[in-house]
Amino acid sequence: MKREYIYLDNAVATRLDERVLEAMKPYLFDTYAVATSQFGYSPGIDARDALDNARTQIAATMGAAPEEFIFTSGSTESSNLALKGVALALGEKKGRHIIISPLEDFPVLHSARALERHGLRVTKLRVDETGRVDLVHLRESITPETALVSIQAANQEIGVLQDLEDIGEICQEKGVILHTDATHSFTRVPLDVRNVPVDLMTVSAHTIHGPKGIGGLYVRAGTPIRKWMDGGFQEFDLRPGAENIPGAVGFAKAVELVTPEETARLQGLRDRLTERLLEIPHTRINGHPVHRLPHNANISFRFVEGESLLLHLDMRGFAVSTGSACFSRSLEASHVILGIGGNHERAHGSVRFTFGRFNEESDVDAVVAAVAEAVRDLRRISPLGKE
Amino acid sequence: MPLPYSEIVMEHFRNPRNVGQIKDPDAKSVEGSPACGDMVAVYLKVDEETHHISDIKFESYGCASNIATGSIITEMAKGKTLEQAKQITWKEASNELGGLPAIKTHCSVLAVDGLRAAIQNYEERHGLVKERVPTTVELVRKRLKRVMNPISGLDLVRTKLVKKIKVSDGVVWIVIDLPEDHQFAANIREEITEKIEPLWDVEQTVVEFLE
Repeated sequence: MKREYIYLDNAVATRLDERVLEAMKPYLFDTYAVATSQFGYSPGIDARDALDNARTQIAATMGAAPEEFIFTSGSTESSNLALKGVALALGEKKGRHIIISPLEDFPVLHSARALERHGLRVTKLRVDETGRVDLVHLRESITPETALVSIQAANQEIGVLQDLEDIGEICQEKGVILHTDATHSFTRVPLDVRNVPVDLMTVSAHTIHGPKGIGGLYVRAGTPIRKWMDGGFQEFDLRPGAENIPGAVGFAKAVELVTPEETARLQGLRDRLTERLLEIPHTRINGHPVHRLPHNANISFRFVEGESLLLHLDMRGFAVSTGSACFSRSLEASHVILGIGGNHERAHGSVRFTFGRFNEESDVDAVVAAVAEAVRDLRRISPLGKE
Repeated sequence: MPLPYSEIVMEHFRNPRNVGQIKDPDAKSVEGSPACGDMVAVYLKVDEETHHISDIKFESYGCASNIATGSIITEMAKGKTLEQAKQITWKEASNELGGLPAIKTHCSVLAVDGLRAAIQNYEERHGLVKERVPTTVELVRKRLKRVMNPISGLDLVRTKLVKKIKVSDGVVWIVIDLPEDHQFAANIREEITEKIEPLWDVEQTVVEFLE
């Protein structure tokens, strides 16, 4: 009998929760009208109400006012808007310089690179071996020219959490706008914008069992930002295009369904997994032992290459991810593992396991057994580690 | 769920043939490195009289196509003479495997290079090599034919990506017709350096991109 496939790549996509789908259904089949102004037809007004309610609900979980939260198509668009939108708004006046962490995910990393081509200067901060940015370097790097600092809340691969309170304090003191990509930490490691001085925050539904294709950007009132995509005047004139109302409603429902108890349960699974995988010889953990996403584990296995390991696990019925060059679309090893001082071998042998709502304790035992077996098989044929 | 690899590739990946080391091999080679993410070791036993490959084994640290090509290439080489085995191309190996995805061809090239390097190692040990020739533009071009363009799975020369080659004072200077921030620019630079740097009289490889 074929055992069920076990999915442990919840950082990139999660299974939709049925309750989310139920919440979305009326806006797919009944109230499918576009959101109109209060002077429009009634289905349009109903759609507008649903959008406003979803916005209010999501904004409230981060301590923001409804008009400080705009919907986008996901994290990539949110981060593009944050970086390019601020650069556009500040234009020539100020803002020929931005500061990022070198471990950012591609939306921030490549938006920064695009701005560099338009003549902006980009500083990548030093990070320690766990991936946390050097706050002294941050303080030293901010100049009167600096428009924006963009430092992720949590890393996509190694799950390291940044100290946003201290980072925010430095930016506030220097009068610089702070954006954070919170795609992977949103709701799992709650952040309240009333306590943490971030000005812009990228979030998404796809990491928390919500629908794909919907995300958002928190924009603190008064932050200089302009839309970079042209069209209509939706989303407070920052994000043109007909609103994704079923998506917004689903996003709000997904946010509502995440509880601290559930997150603690996932952390339990993660801890058990980490502990048992580290019993395999020649393994090491990537990232910070404590300051990390509760549902993320990232382990390097020496003498084996990640794509092979991933395929062996797939054959045994498990989905995981790797920082190996062979697995990446650019054939480059993980910039995150290399960025924290890891060598290529450590990057090629790194495997990320991320838990979600539908994982259970038995999944941990099963994947540990499969990894142990696959690593043993691959080490047997490897020319490395024989001495 | 459809995989990008053929059934034959997956079969060799699951059950690679001729895996391991040979005790007291007549020749051996190690191509690639852990840093490149791909590494192949090839061990040979050669009949001294007839120069037939009587036994061959390999070890691989690499992805599925690297392991599968190592496996198929040892099967193809076993029983052949050194001269015959030298002629085996990555294209033949890839055909034998039912084809490889374009983006993965460089991994199969490494396994073929491993076999050739082991044969060369045998020839060197047994005084069968001619004198070392100095590196020329032509030789560099020939080597670049073994660097794959991950976009098409064909080599850089054939896909007309090599704009300029200059060789002087141990420095090889190569211009590639891709923008610096192209998806595969960093990978192509690494692969070129890997192929050119081992040449005995090359001290430095400079890879530049247009734009």
